[in-house]
Amino acid sequence: MPVEANFMVGGEAGQGVQSVGAVLAKTLARGGYHVFADQDYESRIRGGHNFFRIRASNMPVAAIKEPLDILVALNQETIDLHRMEVAPGGVVVYDQEKGQPGEGNYLGVPFTRLAQEKAGNRIMANSVAFGAALGLTGYDLDAAANIVRGFFGGDVGEANVTATRAGYDYATENFKGERPLNLKPLGDGKRLLMNGHDAVALGAIAAGCNFMAGYPMTPATPILEYLSTHAKDMDMAVVQTEDEISAINMAIGASFAGARAMTATSGSGFCLMVEGVGLAGITETPVVIVNAQRPGPAVGLPTRTEQGDLLFVLHCHQGDFPRAVLAPASVEDAFWLTIKAFNLADKYQLPVIMLTDHYLATSYITVDGFDLSKVVIDRGETYSPERHGPPQEYKRHKVTGSGISPRAFPGLTEALVVTDSDEHDETGHLIEDARARTEQVEKRLRKLNGLGQETSPPEVYGPPNAETTLVGWGSTWGALRESIDILNRGNGKFNLLHLRELWPFPSEAVNSILQQAKRSYVVESNAAGQLARLIRAETGRLVDGKVLKYDGRPFTPSGIAEQVKEEVYHGAKS
Amino acid sequence: MALRVEQPVTMESYAGLKPAWCPGCGNFGILRALNKALVEMKVQPWQLLMVSGIGQAGKLPHYSRGNTFNSLHGRAVPPAVAAKIANPELVVIVIGGDGDGYSEGGNHFLHVLRRNHDITHIVHDNQVYALTKGQASPTSDEGYVSKTTPGGALPPLNALGVAIMAGATFVARTFAGDLDHAARTIQEGVRHRGFALIDVLQPCVTFNHVNTFKWYSERVYKLDERGHNPQDKMAALEVVQQWGERIPIGVIYREQRPTYEDRIPALKKGPLAKQVIDPQRIAPLFQEFQ
Ligand SMILES: Cc1ncc(C[n+]2csc(CCOP(=O)(O)OP(=O)(O)O)c2C)c(N)n1
Ligand SMILES: [Mg+2]
Repeated sequence: MPVEANFMVGGEAGQGVQSVGAVLAKTLARGGYHVFADQDYESRIRGGHNFFRIRASNMPVAAIKEPLDILVALNQETIDLHRMEVAPGGVVVYDQEKGQPGEGNYLGVPFTRLAQEKAGNRIMANSVAFGAALGLTGYDLDAAANIVRGFFGGDVGEANVTATRAGYDYATENFKGERPLNLKPLGDGKRLLMNGHDAVALGAIAAGCNFMAGYPMTPATPILEYLSTHAKDMDMAVVQTEDEISAINMAIGASFAGARAMTATSGSGFCLMVEGVGLAGITETPVVIVNAQRPGPAVGLPTRTEQGDLLFVLHCHQGDFPRAVLAPASVEDAFWLTIKAFNLADKYQLPVIMLTDHYLATSYITVDGFDLSKVVIDRGETYSPERHGPPQEYKRHKVTGSGISPRAFPGLTEALVVTDSDEHDETGHLIEDARARTEQVEKRLRKLNGLGQETSPPEVYGPPNAETTLVGWGSTWGALRESIDILNRGNGKFNLLHLRELWPFPSEAVNSILQQAKRSYVVESNAAGQLARLIRAETGRLVDGKVLKYDGRPFTPSGIAEQVKEEVYHGAKS
Repeated sequence: MALRVEQPVTMESYAGLKPAWCPGCGNFGILRALNKALVEMKVQPWQLLMVSGIGQAGKLPHYSRGNTFNSLHGRAVPPAVAAKIANPELVVIVIGGDGDGYSEGGNHFLHVLRRNHDITHIVHDNQVYALTKGQASPTSDEGYVSKTTPGGALPPLNALGVAIMAGATFVARTFAGDLDHAARTIQEGVRHRGFALIDVLQPCVTFNHVNTFKWYSERVYKLDERGHNPQDKMAALEVVQQWGERIPIGVIYREQRPTYEDRIPALKKGPLAKQVIDPQRIAPLFQEFQ
């Protein structure tokens, strides 16, 4: 029997929405549930409206599900904005002193008063709320208490346990209706609960990244913070730079000198890095750049999501040179693709851009863990006197059939490593000679042949002979897959073509898959349909329509299904 | 360790490509002084990393010998400090112009000093943008007439004063026309543990007809001959304000502070560039997510 539980916690910044959400998600994950959680918050420290959605199931989940079983309202605004999202049998649990019940199932709990009376601090109202929500499900309180203890730690942890208990008991005694959910621990959950940027950071360390430079910018900052925190025990150097220009140039310098290096930023910060992308291109220096997308242009919506940078990162910078662009589809994927990014960067000596986004970065999901014995480290062809001849004859940009010139590192051998942002010849010294210029441009572009072979085939989900193919890329994967299930529940015939390795573009594979479909629609979080343009440019194919969303909010499975039906059955609007 | 036949270091070790600078350019003096300093310190070219910017100055590494990263305009400092972090065994020297270091690279200049990375930054200060053919630079003298400053340049940036206030631990000025002084100053900068900024007065024979060899020669005087104490910050701040009739050269300011690399625990185990990658090292990190 499938078990599904959908919660939302809402309130203003500063009320502890995030902690309730995180503790609830952790409790259910530890209880053996598959959990997916996403967050919606404003770019402010206090006030505003924030919410955290948590979905738990005994089956794997990869997106949010509507409607809600339990809405935890820390303020009235949450009730006003979200009461319509509550399922018929669902319950709104709210702070008696801060909100008014509406029609339907409401449980008023004096969150603040109980926090003050029982735990001695009104700040713990959120833990009372957590306890009350849990009380409505009948979940094992002791199991939850352990998570609360661990989450807050020490005396504060104990006080929060008291607050949780107070809320739990109050709800158990005072809620008279039918429970919206009956949940109990399914076992000892061993899964990891993490978000996309946790996975990127862990993937980077697993890949042997030992140098990271960055400048804070939402939603990329947590990568910089996580790596800073673990720099000491993971033998890394992590630098908070004076700006993004410095960040990418530092990563390139460290890489040139033999480190495995990365940087991470978002939108405007990536704009500042663009000259560095070209520098990595012409000097053939490996570098991994995470561009965590948020809605643009300029500052845009700092705490919202979008997939609006695809064409930008594919084309940014003057001149022609190879690059790779990867867009993780899920948290698990983020880990493995990050490792692949480092390997591609080293093997082909070029910039690799990882396109994440705010949604992937801040959504939590349970993953089964990562088998570290499967991590492959490929540093590419490095110079050794035995294999490549005496150091005096070493040429950093030697013209080869594959376009790859063995890499030496300054000071590690006697080979002199010379490179230049000016066009150069094989030796790395600047030239203006037409022949050497042509040779170097072609040598660099030849790397695309090998690089193209490394692109994994895109995923097809759903019946292969479907009439309608939805095409997506990156973080919308989870929502898209579930939307296919929803659409196929009627008499629909849909499948999904999902891309996570966007450059070099898998033209042949995409072409042959789209050939089989009667109709195809891109589903993207941007206004222009950037993937549709890319498909047209690389395969000559026009998709039949675009399902787009650019309000800064993530797609949900039911939202996609509705938009797709609108498109397919009622024709394109635009 | 592979067998290494240690060659004696001579000026010949540093003979690079033929310079494409104008005959008589001040850059020749700096090139010779740098090579001389390196030979005297017995640095082998393979132990050296020169990171340069874009400009006439930035071409220098091609005319010397060593590992070379000729980077973007204004961006020589970030890759240089990072390369030093990746491999602290390298002798890292940044080479660039006044426009490169003080204007386009201004934000790096401002912040790199207090971080005290153990590298040397040589600024070929010709008070003009030479490569782009003669526009005013941030150090052009007030009133300097160029195609972009037909009414005369604004008052210049006091880069060395800024450097001291921004937390530099070694600030010096030397003159391309005084080979021994320039070589000695560069040596002191390289030997300094921390960030060494060396501004070199560099006549540009083609575009700067005001600040010529003769103009500088008549004005420079040596600080060490006047009993200047580089450890005295107030005295140093007084020195950097001298310009015009008398121009001080020599070590202006010096202080000892831990370097940036000293503060990185990972480097206690040796250069990052020599680390062996073990993916299993991350296993303990998973606990936090359970
Ligand atoms: C981003 C960028 N902006 C502008 C230029 C053009 N440019 C090249 S060198 C230079 C200034 C050179 O002056 P300086 O740094 O003092 O070096 P010099 O030639 O005088 O040695 C400029 C503006 C460039 N290469 N890159
Ligand atoms: Mg200049």
